[in-house]
Amino acid sequence: MDKTNINNTTPMEDMTIGGIIYNAGNSREVKTGDWRSMRPIFDSEKCKQCGLCFPVCPENAIPVGQDMKRTDFNYDYCKGCGVCAKVCPFKAISMEEEGVE
Amino acid sequence: MSIRERLSGNEAAATAMKQINPDVVAAFPITPSTEIPQYFSTFVSNGAVDTEFVAVESEHSAMSACVGAEAAGARAMTATSSNGLSFMWEMIYIASSLRLPIVMSLVNRAVSGPLNIHNDHSDAMGVRDAGWIMLFSESNQEAYDNLLMAHRIAEHKDVLLPLMVCQDGFITSHSIETIDLVEDDKVKEFVGTYKPEHYLLNSKEPISMGPLDLQGYLFEHKAQQSQAMKNAKKVILEVAEEFEKLTGRKYGLFEEYKLEDADVAIVCMNSTAGTAKFVVDDLRSKGVKAGLLKVRVFRPFPAEEIAKAISNVKAVAVLDKADSLNAAGGALFTDVTSGMFVNDIHVPTVSYIYGIGGRDTKTDDIEKVYNDLLEIVETGKIDNPYRHLGLRTKGAEK
Repeated sequence: MDKTNINNTTPMEDMTIGGIIYNAGNSREVKTGDWRSMRPIFDSEKCKQCGLCFPVCPENAIPVGQDMKRTDFNYDYCKGCGVCAKVCPFKAISMEEEGVE
Repeated sequence: MSIRERLSGNEAAATAMKQINPDVVAAFPITPSTEIPQYFSTFVSNGAVDTEFVAVESEHSAMSACVGAEAAGARAMTATSSNGLSFMWEMIYIASSLRLPIVMSLVNRAVSGPLNIHNDHSDAMGVRDAGWIMLFSESNQEAYDNLLMAHRIAEHKDVLLPLMVCQDGFITSHSIETIDLVEDDKVKEFVGTYKPEHYLLNSKEPISMGPLDLQGYLFEHKAQQSQAMKNAKKVILEVAEEFEKLTGRKYGLFEEYKLEDADVAIVCMNSTAGTAKFVVDDLRSKGVKAGLLKVRVFRPFPAEEIAKAISNVKAVAVLDKADSLNAAGGALFTDVTSGMFVNDIHVPTVSYIYGIGGRDTKTDDIEKVYNDLLEIVETGKIDNPYRHLGLRTKGAEK
């Protein structure tokens, strides 16, 4: 049984007991960004790279490089909770309604 | 040689837990099960066990701690009663759906309200569809024996379900009876060490438990639980057979007492079976062919087996120590009659709700049931199939 490849066509006999997930880190496969109703906008001009935003992101959707500098949001996973915008002391993150141009 | 002792039902349960020596016990005191964690914490303090005792602040936390411990890879146990079990309710379902073989000692007590601390089975009946294996115990000896067999059943790879061992609050939990204890080393060998195949603290296999399980998946996972319940029947009997080799004490899915040639029979659970056996003996000495079926395994429910066992009886009374308040008889009654119908066995059967809130059920009461059954056999009539036993009413019950 391939426990790492279960989908909604898998018969019950081949599914893991209790829904246990054996391949760690597989939440990467589920792109939850389309749940978002509010979109954070990153203003790199205002950002001082203080490092307060990415530790509070519940989705790890703020990429940080080796130089410890953040880049633009990973919208595949950002659910738009707005915690990052709230903690930013420099107003470098603004929240906009999703789908409104 | 086994050890002859005299213990209350709670002492018997605590002694079984001591001999099992689980990794974690998390429990909160509630009458009438309080003594179990109380005695057990003494064992912990005295170093008689290696258990981590978690003194939680509620039953919800007790079951949560057991879920966490068992998921981590530990053997976890708890004890509770009545509203304590009600408070665990949410986690009761988590335990069974995550397939964690937690073992609980449930000392049956009425669920409030109005407030009552005495015995009936309303607490157990509240979780009868929660996916736990449920064993009922007539005596202190059975409460002890069922606990010794519990982990072997629950942890079996074809089962992996939590299990509760029920006994009657006060009636057995606080009554001292003689009991045969198995030696510590033999219990240790029989129960064995817990070796879960998958667990959270296994650094070689990082896993995730209890994920989101939406429309595409939950149905199959519930069907897996249902299959495990079916598998449990066979495992329960296998473990009982091995237990009989160890102790000489025989257990099945239920006990048939003078049932084989019986004309009239009672079906019941827990301590009432002891009273009923006395009445059966008495009636037999007077030439009445009375019999008894005592259900030990309530979940999984041995529907077909029970239906067949009572197929030759002329009238049956099913005694429920909890009212399902559905205007259609008690839970055990519904299960027994459903089992008969599906297996094309049609014996006149009546439901009796009895012993609610610890109302004493005496031999006279049980004898009345047998007399009622004899009347049904004689007249072929059942005026009211939904009856109460020992209830005060103005005139005849409607």
